[in-house]
Amino acid sequence: MEAPLLDAAGLTVRFGKVTALDGLSLVAPSGEVLALLGPNGAGKTTFVRTVATLIAPTSGALRVRGNDVARSPLAVRRDIGLAGQYAAVEPVMTGRENLVMTARLFGHPEKAAQRAASIVIEQLSLQEVADRRCRTYSGGQRRRLDLGASLVGAPRLLVLDEPTTGLDPAGRREVWDAVRNLAASGTDVLLTTHYLDEADELADRVVVIDHGKAIASGTLGELKASIGRDVIEITLGEPSRLEAVGQILLHVTSNPPRLDHSGRRAIAPTTDGTSQLAATIQRLNEAAIAVDEIGLRRPTLDEVFLTLTDDHIDLPAPAAASQDGSAR
Amino acid sequence: MTPAITAPAAAPGTTRASLEVTRRALRKYFRTPGLFAMGIVQSVMFLFMFRYVFGGAIATGATTYVYYLVPGYVATIVLFTGGGIAVAVAEDRVQGFTDRLLSLPIPRRAIVLGRIIADSSTNAWSICTTAAFGFAFGFRLQGSVADGLAALGLCLVYGIVFTVVFIVIGLAAPSGQAAQGMSMVAFVFAFISSTYVPVSTMPGWLQPFARHQPVTPMVDAVRSALAGSTTDVVLALAWSALLIFAFTPIAILRYRHA
Repeated sequence: MEAPLLDAAGLTVRFGKVTALDGLSLVAPSGEVLALLGPNGAGKTTFVRTVATLIAPTSGALRVRGNDVARSPLAVRRDIGLAGQYAAVEPVMTGRENLVMTARLFGHPEKAAQRAASIVIEQLSLQEVADRRCRTYSGGQRRRLDLGASLVGAPRLLVLDEPTTGLDPAGRREVWDAVRNLAASGTDVLLTTHYLDEADELADRVVVIDHGKAIASGTLGELKASIGRDVIEITLGEPSRLEAVGQILLHVTSNPPRLDHSGRRAIAPTTDGTSQLAATIQRLNEAAIAVDEIGLRRPTLDEVFLTLTDDHIDLPAPAAASQDGSAR
Repeated sequence: MTPAITAPAAAPGTTRASLEVTRRALRKYFRTPGLFAMGIVQSVMFLFMFRYVFGGAIATGATTYVYYLVPGYVATIVLFTGGGIAVAVAEDRVQGFTDRLLSLPIPRRAIVLGRIIADSSTNAWSICTTAAFGFAFGFRLQGSVADGLAALGLCLVYGIVFTVVFIVIGLAAPSGQAAQGMSMVAFVFAFISSTYVPVSTMPGWLQPFARHQPVTPMVDAVRSALAGSTTDVVLALAWSALLIFAFTPIAILRYRHA
């Protein structure tokens, strides 16, 4: 049987007194795009650096395609291609020169290195800029070249640490398209992100990390189902009655609703979808509140994420948002 | 559908990986005018100032100052220009280039060896240019051409020594700017030595340090070699070997933890 892509068991990494990974365990199969999702400081980058053999585990074990990162780091390095948070390309060299250099460092002889560079240039649509020095590249082009540099060794696993941080929307799209194409052509991908939409766009499987532990994992569908509750979402034509709607949702569902004033929306998780939806509609009618839209739906990844990481993160947590609302 | 890349048959050995790292460092050096040209301008400027501005006020006994200055200056020029090495090493780490190298299937020592080869080459270049300007500013060989070449050889060895030291400084620095600052330590060793003035003209409490730190025997050995003598040469080479063999493993270990 093929070894799993990643197999972490009680993986712990400490830097002095700081515990970056705290007994993290996860198993990820081959053939999928795996996204590590978590707030800043959750341990995502430490995990990626451990996968890339840049950091040795303090305790516990991590295997990449069956190879232990501490015992056979060279075998792991032959299997992976790393693109870090910064585009690690040499600005005074051309894109092609960068790719050929990395290809040779992967072990390609000269001709094969040239060929690998040409293939990657085409694959990532860098033909027009390939023979220009990288200092003239846009942010998206640099990131794509960096991605390319991690590809010239034909890695089994591509490791991307926050591949789109700092890019404009067009740059993000460019990188997303490139990652999707690579995954479609059979390369396994591990990426970290704190953008939920990025995980939604790219990942087959998501592991949520917080405080150095995996707190949830599964396919996107599983993860959305794992909080076990659909949400009722109500959109109003004008925001003045939003507080009243919030009161109704609280009363019906017994869950504090999230009030989104700018979007004129009130959202609350529900345990008993249809009957609570019916009860909500009835109460809205009694209170003569006109709504634009009302519905029952699966939670978004954002909502799952907020639920899982509770209030440890810098995004507004549901309870805080509704308190804000009532204070206004 | 684009053709697939086949995985390389084997990871590269130390030699190939080192040369690839060397090539990239040399390209960076020669394609960055600030590194390439400014190093030379700076070394010539200071040589000019010592020779023509301070020189007249420095007593070097029977020896004309330019004859005293140039050998010392050429031998220690890397202590002035080597800050650039530390900065380059620190920036590679901060900007993620070192991570890229460390994630590749290459021997760790190749990363250090590649840098040592590249920086020793650029140092050799600045040592030779500076020596040429020494001649232009009035220095002449007193002994044979062979003596001159022996002295130059010593300077090139020191170039390697100082390279390794600056690599370690760069690896210890949290940023490129910090590396620049930390490299100033080299000035202490360059100035409190026999490079620019005879140690006997310094205050008594300073002389023990000046006499026994490595730069003084290194500089004195170059002066001896120019005169066809071997005084201090063994001591200078011993210091060189000690520094290279002490700092290279530190550099390799630091890269492992970079």
